[in-house]
Amino acid sequence: MSLKIVVLAKQVPDTHNVGADAMNPDGTVNRAALPTVFNPEDLKALEMALRVKDQTDGASVTVVTMGPPRAAEIIKDAKSRGADDGFVLSDARFAGADTLATSYAISQAIKQLGHVDIIFGGRQAIDGDTAQVGPQVAEKLEIPQITYAEELMAIDNKSITIRRRLERGTEVVKAAMPVLVTVTSAGEDCRFPNAHRLIRQAKDEIRMINADSIDADMDRLGLKGSPTKVKKIENVVLAHKESVVLEPTEAALNELSATLIKEHIL
Amino acid sequence: MNFYTDNENLSFYLHHPDMEQVVAVKEKNYAEAGSHPEAPANAEEAVAQYDMVMRLLGDIAGDVIAPNAEEVDHVGPSLVDGHVEYAPGTRRNLDALIQSGLYGMALERKYNGLNFPRVVEVMAAEMIARADVGFATIWGLQDCAETIQHFACEELKDKYLPRIYEGATCSMDLTEPDAGSDLQSVRLKATWDEASNCWRLNGVKRFITNGDADLHLVLARSEEGTNDGRGLSYFVFDKADGGMTVRRIENKMGIKGSPTAELQFTNAPAQIVGERRLGLIKYVMSLMNGARLGVGAQSIGLCEAACREAEAYAASREQFGHSIDKFVAVQDLLAQMRARTDGARSLMYETARYVDLSASSKPASRIADILTPLVKLNASEFANRCAYDCIQVHGGSGFMKEYACERLYRDARILSIYEGTSQLQVVAAMKGIASGAYLKQIESYDAKAAEGTLTDDMERCLETLRKATEEYKKFYELAAAEGTTSELFEHQTRALTEVLSNIIMGYLLLLDSQRDERFMKSCKYFVKEAIGEVSKHIAELSC
Repeated sequence: MSLKIVVLAKQVPDTHNVGADAMNPDGTVNRAALPTVFNPEDLKALEMALRVKDQTDGASVTVVTMGPPRAAEIIKDAKSRGADDGFVLSDARFAGADTLATSYAISQAIKQLGHVDIIFGGRQAIDGDTAQVGPQVAEKLEIPQITYAEELMAIDNKSITIRRRLERGTEVVKAAMPVLVTVTSAGEDCRFPNAHRLIRQAKDEIRMINADSIDADMDRLGLKGSPTKVKKIENVVLAHKESVVLEPTEAALNELSATLIKEHIL
Repeated sequence: MNFYTDNENLSFYLHHPDMEQVVAVKEKNYAEAGSHPEAPANAEEAVAQYDMVMRLLGDIAGDVIAPNAEEVDHVGPSLVDGHVEYAPGTRRNLDALIQSGLYGMALERKYNGLNFPRVVEVMAAEMIARADVGFATIWGLQDCAETIQHFACEELKDKYLPRIYEGATCSMDLTEPDAGSDLQSVRLKATWDEASNCWRLNGVKRFITNGDADLHLVLARSEEGTNDGRGLSYFVFDKADGGMTVRRIENKMGIKGSPTAELQFTNAPAQIVGERRLGLIKYVMSLMNGARLGVGAQSIGLCEAACREAEAYAASREQFGHSIDKFVAVQDLLAQMRARTDGARSLMYETARYVDLSASSKPASRIADILTPLVKLNASEFANRCAYDCIQVHGGSGFMKEYACERLYRDARILSIYEGTSQLQVVAAMKGIASGAYLKQIESYDAKAAEGTLTDDMERCLETLRKATEEYKKFYELAAAEGTTSELFEHQTRALTEVLSNIIMGYLLLLDSQRDERFMKSCKYFVKEAIGEVSKHIAELSC
């Protein structure tokens, strides 16, 4: 049996190259001023998927992303690194989606692919840091999930064994397929593109999938399907004078606890 | 860090107007377009491919090879059971390049190559050398594949060329204890073994770069009783066939990651490349020209690294309340380093274009032949000078092991020695000097510059270059007054070569400036050098 693998990926603003004009005066992100990159943890997920492919006969890797048509760049990138196929969920009806609507659209698209054995994704994207889309896709597909994966330990046609990060250590988990795995930044660096694949990808047209093609309830897509409402975006830069140095005493800790409770933080 | 995208000069030469012609020759007028999925249909598509692949290589050079360079320099290769083990960092570099399909980029597509022209090959070599000159020697030896591609029989091509793409490393086994610059003295013996239907190699090779490579091109004496170059043939030896051991790895001053080895061949089976007796006089000379351009690329990579180390240090080091790049004395050093790098680079890509055009044009081949020794001579001498000045900019800190400039200084030293010393490059240039071929080339540059748009500044440079050329002719007359075989003339050959080089680099940078004015500063440096040096030599000879 050949494994069918899906990788969830996102094209994100390159937060390592943020210029002075990265934010609009109203506090929103000026996307036009930011170069885009393959979300770093998604690249780690792609590498784990490619390692599964390397270790099993006939496995195929399909990369799925949602975004504007230019997100096709990361599909091409993934294919030049070894993915077999990929497509972009791109439609104005997907716009403004929060993690709930995004995971719904992605899970509907995956259902159209038929049986899938493993879904890999980065733990989170650097432009949102929610770490919600992967787990929500697993819930919607009603499959088990392994989060915070660091290393692929073993793979066969029925199960996958992963070492995952815990707060104080790691644990090794074996799961039956189908399964969804989210990979952290501790995963292996993704291999470089291959020059021959790179040249061939340049001529490829990447498929764009719209909302009509995924058998979706239109009310659950985009802004309409997103319960999250953004009230305000603030660019918060902590100044030294705003910080408080506490003495390591019980009294100081009690005082800190009282302040945090009063501010409704605890 | 990406060593391609952070250096706009590389894209500048990749998009040179003459690339259209270069690509057409390399692609044999796009004969494979439509029948091979990777073959471009036009020059624009081909250059876009080069650009894409250079970005990939720039990533690997900046993110893998450069960060490994210091560790590789410290650890170096080791000798285990008669064979070389690379430093772990060298292995990581090789793995990244092999996995990315970058090995054998000049090979024809039927051998899994990318069919890239020499211009792109030297660009790759430049970036890799900027990251680590020692590793660039290992990478650069894949040029051996070209000798096999051009001169070996189909059977050998089919056997060995696909292996280069898979990452088989190469070496060029020429030097022996008593045969260095004088390769006619090579003694390693090749004898025909009728029973095994192969040649057998016996003897010692010394100072062999990447000596324990997978595939070796070996110069050996196949004709019993001969003692000159006409008795030498060229052989390909596969390490997997056995019969060769590494006697020792040399303990070198620089390029320490590159294993330089002494090899013992004992009944090693080998196959002949091309025809008997043409080993030195045809095949090695061809390989050597390619290798000299390769050392040019290594040198320019090192110049670029030295410039950047010096510029970064000068911008961050504060003395007397200012960063030291605010002081004129330091600015002069930095400007000279940058100018030399620009001049050598422009000359190298010009030469590489002629090498590519050589495939379909005899005149282009002749120009490539006269320009190649100028690239090797100037680029390698400039690399030494840039490394020296880089330490000078660093002051006392540059003398400490903590800074990369001391490694660059050590690595630079071999560049003006191997693949033909600077002195031998001067000898190689003499033919073009005596025949007037360089002057003819200068005339063509002059006509091209005059055809283009010239600012007042450029006009002045052009006038001065014309004056320097006229002065050069006077200098030549004075030097050759007692004949071109006289001792007087021989004493002036290096100066003549250097003056010509400065004039040519001045013209090339002027032509570059007509496409992008940022090269004017470096152009003026060579214009001043050309006129200043030639006047000095005339004055000396007139005394």
